[in-house]
Amino acid sequence: MGFTTASQTIGPYWHIIEDKALADLTRFGAEGERIVLTGRVLDGDGAPCSDACIEIWQTDPPQSDTFPGWGRANTDATGAFRLTTLKPGPVAGRGNTQQAPHIAVCILSRGLMHHLVTRAYFQHEPLNETDPLLVSIEDPAQRATLIAVPEATGVWRLDIRLQGDNETVFLDV
Amino acid sequence: MNSDFRPYAAGTQPPLDVPDYRGTAKRHPLRARHPMPQTITETTGPRFSERHFPVMADMTKSTNGQAALGERIVVAGRILDEDGRPVPHTMVEIWQAGASGRYDHPADQHDAPADPNFHGDGRVFTDADGNYSFLTIRPGAYPWPNHRNAWRPTHIHFSFFGPAFATRLITQMYFPGDPLLPFDPIFNSTPDVAARNRLIANFDLAITQPDFALGYRFDVVLRGRGATPMEG
Ligand SMILES: [Fe+2]
Repeated sequence: MGFTTASQTIGPYWHIIEDKALADLTRFGAEGERIVLTGRVLDGDGAPCSDACIEIWQTDPPQSDTFPGWGRANTDATGAFRLTTLKPGPVAGRGNTQQAPHIAVCILSRGLMHHLVTRAYFQHEPLNETDPLLVSIEDPAQRATLIAVPEATGVWRLDIRLQGDNETVFLDV
Repeated sequence: MNSDFRPYAAGTQPPLDVPDYRGTAKRHPLRARHPMPQTITETTGPRFSERHFPVMADMTKSTNGQAALGERIVVAGRILDEDGRPVPHTMVEIWQAGASGRYDHPADQHDAPADPNFHGDGRVFTDADGNYSFLTIRPGAYPWPNHRNAWRPTHIHFSFFGPAFATRLITQMYFPGDPLLPFDPIFNSTPDVAARNRLIANFDLAITQPDFALGYRFDVVLRGRGATPMEG
């Protein structure tokens, strides 16, 4: 047996492999409720992280020929990322529990030696009240860092604060 | 049934706060990561097909077939999980600087000659036994603004996915005997010395192709499932 290889930062030059098409998970014609997930990545000074890589993964709708379930986007000069996907429904949890609709979010950037993981939930989903992960975060302000808010029709905003005031809850998965 | 992925072994991963790597100062979270049981969101992951992600196993030629400058090398290795099981048919992404130590990237302002025939991106998939291989140019070292006279050791960036969201891994491969390694805060950030040194590829005569290119072996381990096996 061995140990998992050490992570190293993705650095500032990962755009060499970037394909902008990967930011649209509906590009193969998937049908469903199309949404935009957007937000800004900010550092401990509130300054934009303009060279980050944001990857998302969702298990609902299930991965298929028309829906990859996975996407990747860059952040721009203002720290903003923008992904187009399908709105997930509830997801089975452990045991007999049910999880509220959510999208897993992976944050990679220069200055991060290991990727960070968080989730985007959706404000006003009734299942948020009983979601096992959300319930396990006792502080409502911290819990709110995982809940995307509607910004316009079909557009959901989740800002990611890497450090300090209102720091995003990052998950030990 | 417990199909959770194991936690990382102590010391084998770099911390997020690395004072010698200035870029971490304002980007590392101050709170500990929130513990959570893995769910299917974490224990499953994307599958990538060569249909949508075409193989680019030869990085030494431009799209119109012109040869890039520099020393050709073959990099090959095997991807296993922590229990020694191969990780088959998983996508590997590669990016790097060219022979002069410059990236084909607008943010790279290093005053070294750009090579119009080298973009520096590659993509391969492991075979059924977890083996991968690609042909590239040995990258050059390059300066970076972390501290006075700071130079990154020669390295190749790698992205691995494995079977699940929980097995995502981004890392860098280094070259044996590089005199810059002792001075690099990124390489040295992993506390466990053995884990750190596993990021250094091995020169391998069996991978070396006669009259063509030197070969380097870079084996990779992704997280394994279940309880940690008892030491035998
Ligand atoms: Fe680099």
